[in-house]
Amino acid sequence: MSKGPRDKRMSIDDVVAELRDGMTIGIGGWGPRRKPMALVRAILRSDLKDLTLVSWGGADVGLLVRAGKVRKLVYAFVSLDTVPLEPNFQKARQEGTIPEVVELDEGMFQTGLKAAAERLPFLPMRAGLGSDVLVNNPWIKTVTSPYDEGFGHEDLVAVPALKLDVALVHLNRADMHGNATYLGPDPYFDDLFAMAAERTYLSVEQVVDTAGLTVDTPVQRLLLNRMMVTGVVETPNGAHFTNCVPDYERDERFQKAYAAAASGSDDDWAAFEQRFLAGDEAAYQAAVQQFQEEQA
Amino acid sequence: MSQTITRADVCAAAVADAFKDDGEIFASPMGTMPMLGVRLAKLTSNPDLVISDGESLFLAGVPPLFAKGDVVEGWIPFRKVFDVVAYGKRHVMMGATQVDRDGNQNISAIGPFAQPKRQLLGSRGAPGNTANNRTSYWVPKHSPRVFVEQVDIVSGVGPKRAAASGPGGSRFNDIHRIVSNLGVFDVNGPDRTVRLLSVHPGVTAEQVQEQTGFDLGDLSGVTETRLPTDEELIIIREVLDPKGFRLREVPEETKQ
Repeated sequence: MSKGPRDKRMSIDDVVAELRDGMTIGIGGWGPRRKPMALVRAILRSDLKDLTLVSWGGADVGLLVRAGKVRKLVYAFVSLDTVPLEPNFQKARQEGTIPEVVELDEGMFQTGLKAAAERLPFLPMRAGLGSDVLVNNPWIKTVTSPYDEGFGHEDLVAVPALKLDVALVHLNRADMHGNATYLGPDPYFDDLFAMAAERTYLSVEQVVDTAGLTVDTPVQRLLLNRMMVTGVVETPNGAHFTNCVPDYERDERFQKAYAAAASGSDDDWAAFEQRFLAGDEAAYQAAVQQFQEEQA
Repeated sequence: MSQTITRADVCAAAVADAFKDDGEIFASPMGTMPMLGVRLAKLTSNPDLVISDGESLFLAGVPPLFAKGDVVEGWIPFRKVFDVVAYGKRHVMMGATQVDRDGNQNISAIGPFAQPKRQLLGSRGAPGNTANNRTSYWVPKHSPRVFVEQVDIVSGVGPKRAAASGPGGSRFNDIHRIVSNLGVFDVNGPDRTVRLLSVHPGVTAEQVQEQTGFDLGDLSGVTETRLPTDEELIIIREVLDPKGFRLREVPEETKQ
């Protein structure tokens, strides 16, 4: 009798215990949408340092750079949408506290993940040609097409593979083996992050049994297959304060409070940290609930 | 029309005109006025335009600004946007914190990249947009701080830099229009520089020059931006923007 695939459930702390100083960590989601924030908060509480962060950035980037965890940041933008400029990221850039910065075009970022997912050293594209992305990243080279379509042998950008040690992603539901569905309108790039990484840790709103994954949702929503996933953590409200539709929308009030503290004085930020980020995930969720009750 | 035509109405029609000859492509507006102009074009000059909710859905109808719940005709999550960019059937109208004489755009940062005076969004998709599909810019507050001799960081690539990068970067570079609250521009001036095509009613070419940080050259061919038609005014005021979001972006100056 076969035992079936293995149970990959673990705790938030188990995930962080697998991370090491200096690792390259990709964070899924997009800007202020479906970010694995519970895992990000756990990294904030840890002693981890010198991380390379690869992210279509939102508050994940803002929080980790503010905490001094990031040695190198790879991004195409960092934004909270309704707060267009992420204040912690802005401050870090303007004060020069991120030692190394790689700003790419958004499409280059996707192509770099694709190259890594396909185990290629690079993939060619047009994006970047003529722009300062190539000036500010002189290590990114062009490649000459071996073919002539009538425009000569075109030089294209050889977008380097964005290889990750670890990917952290957050979806709506998974089974204990790591098969996972997104229930919102957009998969973002979480499958690419997973395939670009040596290991992927997945947090979800809810762990269900395998049959439950497709009982009320089309099979096409199964974005991650267990081959891509190392560990599964159930973190209800774990994307807060980013959105995780249809489970919840972005917490705009909280985001506003975050942005105000981040762009305020050091004391403002210390007070925010003390109130929301000093304890574990349960303490965070309790503090958020209290915040919401005060706002209501 | 009983009400006076506002500058914002003129801008909406000018944005719409930038999309009128595009045919059946994905119109991607970034921001309020570009969204209003694109939807106006879809209801008037170019019904074939493909529009989205700015998130992940292609909309079959043309809802008012920031309204939800229209008929859906397709799926356009972020990853597929990049597919359409490379496919080329797209016209994006982006913002520009700076735009220069050569039609380069900056949304990345002000000051030196290594340690900027002011960090902005990042390059976003500007390099890829300008290398692949038609790109226009919208500037709600025309000033010498926006229209500069040379941008601090080139996010969106103008025609000269595109040409210098070779056919790979220039074959599909197509900077179409820059619409500001003062006038309409293209990049077909001498040596592919920014050229003033028209000034909005009530604005002179000299005023535009004063508010521009580089020499606009010969202004003798500058015309006046057309006024919106009565049909367009009804669509703008009663269908697409009854709440007047456009006036927050382009407020009416108080007249003495």
